Amino acid sequence: MDTSIYDMPHETDVAWCPGCGNFSILKIVKQALTELDIKPEKLVMASGIGQAAKTPHYLKTNVFNGLHGRAVAAAMAVKAANPELTVIVESGDGCSFGEGGNHFIHNILRNPNITHLAHDNMVYGLTKGQASPTSQFGFITPVQVQGVTNEPFNPLALAIALDAAFVARVSIADQEKSFEVIKQAISFKGYSFVDILQPCVSFNKINTWKWFRENVYYLEESYDPKNRTEAFKRATEKGKLPLGVFYKNEKPTFEDYLPVYKTNKDPLFKREANLPQLQKLIDSMRQ
Amino acid sequence: MKEVSIVLCGEAGQGIATVEQLVTGMLKLSGYHVYSTSEFMSRIRGGTNSTLIRISDEKSKSAFIDRIDILFPLSSKALKHLEHRISPETIIIGEEGNIAEEYCPNRANIIKVDFTKIANEIGGKIYTNIVSVGIFLALFGVEENISKSYLTKRFSSKGDTILQNNIKACQRGSEIGNQMLEDGKLKIDLQKDDSVKNYLTLNGSQAIAMGSIAAGLNFISSYPMSPSTGVLVFLSQKAEDFGIIIDQAEDEIAAVNKGIGAWYAGARAMITTSGGGFALMTEGLSLSGILETPMVFHIAQRPGPGTGLPTRTGQEDLQFVLNGGHGEFARAIFAPGNAEEAFFLTQHAFNLADKYQVPVFILSDQFLVDSHYSLPDLDLTNIKNTKYIEKTDENYKRYLLTENGISPRGIPGYGSGLVNVDSDEHDEEGHITEDVHDLRPKMVDKRLYKKLKLLKEDFVKPELIGPTDYSILLIGWGSTYSAVKEALELSTRKDVAFLHFKQVYPLSEDTIDYLKKAKKVVVVENNATAQFGKVITLEYNIKPDQFLKYNGMPFSVEEVKEFIEKI
Ligand SMILES: Cc1ncc(C[n+]2csc(CCOP(=O)(O)OP(=O)(O)O)c2C)c(N)n1
Ligand code: SF4
Ligand SMILES: [Mg+2]
Repeated sequence: MDTSIYDMPHETDVAWCPGCGNFSILKIVKQALTELDIKPEKLVMASGIGQAAKTPHYLKTNVFNGLHGRAVAAAMAVKAANPELTVIVESGDGCSFGEGGNHFIHNILRNPNITHLAHDNMVYGLTKGQASPTSQFGFITPVQVQGVTNEPFNPLALAIALDAAFVARVSIADQEKSFEVIKQAISFKGYSFVDILQPCVSFNKINTWKWFRENVYYLEESYDPKNRTEAFKRATEKGKLPLGVFYKNEKPTFEDYLPVYKTNKDPLFKREANLPQLQKLIDSMRQ
Repeated sequence: MKEVSIVLCGEAGQGIATVEQLVTGMLKLSGYHVYSTSEFMSRIRGGTNSTLIRISDEKSKSAFIDRIDILFPLSSKALKHLEHRISPETIIIGEEGNIAEEYCPNRANIIKVDFTKIANEIGGKIYTNIVSVGIFLALFGVEENISKSYLTKRFSSKGDTILQNNIKACQRGSEIGNQMLEDGKLKIDLQKDDSVKNYLTLNGSQAIAMGSIAAGLNFISSYPMSPSTGVLVFLSQKAEDFGIIIDQAEDEIAAVNKGIGAWYAGARAMITTSGGGFALMTEGLSLSGILETPMVFHIAQRPGPGTGLPTRTGQEDLQFVLNGGHGEFARAIFAPGNAEEAFFLTQHAFNLADKYQVPVFILSDQFLVDSHYSLPDLDLTNIKNTKYIEKTDENYKRYLLTENGISPRGIPGYGSGLVNVDSDEHDEEGHITEDVHDLRPKMVDKRLYKKLKLLKEDFVKPELIGPTDYSILLIGWGSTYSAVKEALELSTRKDVAFLHFKQVYPLSEDTIDYLKKAKKVVVVENNATAQFGKVITLEYNIKPDQFLKYNGMPFSVEEVKEFIEKI
């Protein structure tokens, strides 16, 4: 597939380690965008800080590279201010679930029409290998010297428990299937969340490419993503990690509820102060 | 009497605010200048709160005063609460159980009225307050048609019985009030002024909210926190009329990041919060500094540290707002002195933020946002808004290095260019750079020095009150304005002037001339460390004397006057 409309116009010094899973994620995101025919100038890629969060710098589009943990908050506002834009958040597991946990929870509930791709390498890459919320029990790091004793964070179970609009997990070790799911997520209307299992070759020697191939399986063809109870059961399964679309629950989005777009579809940048109406308000306060 | 000061004091939940609204509304419609302000506890029921209503026949007096001419105690603890403000001249109108005589220096001035009994005769305790409203109306000669139509507007939705009972309660109050006048127990002699009838009444929160509407605000994300929430509530009520997106954020960190995201996408956004909430926003503030997105912050100050006094007033956060946020970048801070300034400065803040792509602050406080002002107009004829947004082309660079430091601001989806903003240090295109030799210093100069220079050129000048040939100069900022101004007008000193700053940062260089003229400069501030005094020392190398108050209450006119007489 020719994804060159998303290629950077010039040489870029990519900050990822050779062999990192981020390269493949970048590649399939570009493919998905190309196939969905989304124009670079109509797309905003928002991210926080981390290795994953650098992704928007490596494809040609509008970029909002904000603060660690805060990408979802900013992205939700970008979408609200201009619903004509496609808005995608790309950030790591630390950014998405640690620093940004509260925004993750509340935007599942708020349901803005954005896509959230979490690059889940089960480790803090950029800060050199501390545990992340999704690090497995017993994972040894320079900080967690006896191994992680926290229960690993389960973003899928949380999202399903909160009745999220779209919940999926993929492993970037399988690019083809990941591409299909990510494409679905981007075109889905509502807060669509994809947990992307991604090897970090430098700091996670446990959850490697091989591990992500051997410890996963796909939800079977007959699986019904509308069944929330089943979705929750699958998301909380012990043992091998199921992959695929766990849960789909289409419902009105945050933007759908906004009175500002009821009769006027113009994005906010096209609007002006309504001084005649303000004059009326002022006069009503003379009573 | 040129002016009458009336205080209502009782528990939270007793309906003092209702009396305040009804009385100030009807007195204004009758042609009196009115102003009211409340001091209250951080609780929904009980405690002891008081509301001061100032009624005058010249320009409205919008300052806090200690003096009480007439006091309505509505609870048994009221008189103790106000002990230090009751004088032998204070007339106390209340029922037996609420008049603790040990706090009444002059028993001849006690007027007992059986409010509860009268209210019960009419239909229940809930009418108690309306009986006192009736007394007010009689004392000030408010015509019955005004009160009737006002009460009808207010209560008709509650059904005819309730409306008629309210009217009856008001009439009973009026009869009592008229009897007081006849008995010569008190005498009020104020001129009505017909032009006042057309004044508008609004509180500081509303003024700020309306200023933002005048600027074309269309996005607000905030997390409730006293005393800043009034702005969010008012805008929510008006959201549909004015096309405003309202978002109650999950926390203040989200709020500020949303505000910045919204500006990035072309909205005009604001957050409203108080010190503790702003503390959570400081990383976001710094983000707007490096992204060069405009951002407008309304910070309604209350005393800290920590939770402090949630419903009280103070000016303790100037240094915090000035220095909050890591790294170095330009910002501007405005501090309105009353409703009118709040309106116009807020409107200005959006355009300034947009013009120079910087964070701009409206720094108010509880006293300002919760005070009710009446003013002739908010004149919209000179309101101008400029959106500093450019349509992009393929070669667009968000951080293009220009002579004056301002790069044309594109927004995503408008034009064929791409808009990259980055919280990392970045190149002109908005991509990460670590070029510490060339780009980094250039970007710092752009965000800090170049913008500061521009902001100083647009400085909103302070207002000088009093003689121009002063030898003593009082300096204030924000809501101390009305108390210092009134105190100065009342004082006998001819050598004292008052310089009120509405922009507290950055200051223009030539403003120092005001200070140089004085033999002595004194800052008057609602904090313990003379925070604006420090700004003056930093900018002008002058160390002013200080007159400070930091107990959570605003300055009263009397205490400022006493200070002026003694300097
Ligand atoms: C407020 C704040 N705290 C901490 C950091 C430091 N920091 C940067 S990235 C990161 C964690 C990155 O982990 P993750 O989000 O999983 O991304 P990865 O690098 O693994 O892709 C941390 C702690 C920061 N930039 N900002
Ligand atoms: S540190 Fe890990 S996640 Fe980051 S680029 Fe290297 S391999 Fe990838
Ligand atoms: Mg990670």
